[in-house]
Amino acid sequence: MADKTLGQIAGDGLWSNNVAFVQILGLCPLLAVTSSVVNGLGLGLATLLTLVLSNVTVSAIRNIIRPDIRIPVFVLLIAAIVTAIELAMNAWFHELHTILGIFIPLIVTNCSILGRAEAFASKNNIGRSFVDGLTMGLGFAAALVLLGAMREVLGSGTLFAQSHLMFGEAARALTVTVFADYKGFLLAILPPGAFIGLGLLIALKNVIDQRRARAPQPAPAAAGELAAE
Amino acid sequence: MPLKKMLLSAALLGLFAVLGTALVAFTYENTRERIAQNERDNLLQSLHALIPPELHDNDPVADRIEVSDSALLGSRMPQQVYRARKDGTPVALALTAVAPDGYSGDINLLIAINHDGTLAGVRVTGHHETPGLGDRIEVARTDWVLGFSGRSLANPAPEKWKVKKDGGVFDQFTGATVTPRAVVGAVRNALLYYQEHQEQLFGYAPDAAAPAVPAPEQPGEGKPMTPENTHG
Repeated sequence: MADKTLGQIAGDGLWSNNVAFVQILGLCPLLAVTSSVVNGLGLGLATLLTLVLSNVTVSAIRNIIRPDIRIPVFVLLIAAIVTAIELAMNAWFHELHTILGIFIPLIVTNCSILGRAEAFASKNNIGRSFVDGLTMGLGFAAALVLLGAMREVLGSGTLFAQSHLMFGEAARALTVTVFADYKGFLLAILPPGAFIGLGLLIALKNVIDQRRARAPQPAPAAAGELAAE
Repeated sequence: MPLKKMLLSAALLGLFAVLGTALVAFTYENTRERIAQNERDNLLQSLHALIPPELHDNDPVADRIEVSDSALLGSRMPQQVYRARKDGTPVALALTAVAPDGYSGDINLLIAINHDGTLAGVRVTGHHETPGLGDRIEVARTDWVLGFSGRSLANPAPEKWKVKKDGGVFDQFTGATVTPRAVVGAVRNALLYYQEHQEQLFGYAPDAAAPAVPAPEQPGEGKPMTPENTHG
């Protein structure tokens, strides 16, 4: 594990060990907020920031923490970081904070964050932990955005609706109406739509993996880029 | 485990508890004013969306009293009343109220009532309803809540102050009936409250120490709101 190159760590986080599609962690926020791209992106970025900060902090203190108290210390740190991020979002992205509501504080309970702290950051140096947190977070955020896009197009017939909540008034024009006069498809917005959508995305990832396994030389770096799209 | 090791572990744990608390306290101190300002800005914006600024010449945020009526305003906590006046004559007021029977707990409302008892408008100021379903009560999502404007206790008649599913005139949402039902009920109750206390509400001096408007008897019709069902 310790011999992995940064590229391999990144490939893991973005694709081959993706939090949402392979580890199937953090399902509660993943399924709950992905009813639109903007909601998914908002929560994805908050989770990404939490993962990076917690990984770096845990890695920085990994040599002074005794094994028997490491879990409570990790939980304390993660809870403090998430609370700070929640207050900051309330101050600077007030409306988005209102929409995401309870799911921002609930980032604390996202298993992937404690999981990365325990499985990776507590055994690796700060640089590698940073890359791991960044790519794991990006992989998770990409999953949220993809699922959000699927559900928003199917459920509401739009894309990037309410972007102004994140990017200011100028972004109002970003909203794409995919189907004009769309009546809405409730199943996509409801929780079952999230499960079905996630299932389809996981299936798609597995199909791509199988195709690549049959192809002569899969390049890990290309895989990373693919997942980041 | 030797005592020394245990003490060291405890000390380390304590140290990180202090560090974590310090981080939260620091962030809180640095965001508190901004968050309060955001909330005040939102309030002013909401007030002006309901009571146009040109209709009054006072500052409704300052001309504020607190009232409490757990039956009609939906909460045991004091609620705010913002009065709008022109040349000292009452024009309208906006009061906060709670729909305690939302799908996920309380729905906070801002209800503006013209002096003649018609609704100037209603806005949802806070809720925990399901994203994509119950949150269609937000004006940012749909126009539903605008349907209250111009209504009063005479329009429609009190027994029609319900969602269509319950035999009333107000639309519910596909997949979410509990939320609009709660809002419709809370708005009707606020109108009843206004009817009972109209003169007192405009009469009290601003910021008087929470004048205790006596709670009226529960009106005969309509479901009583029980605090027990606020946490579903």
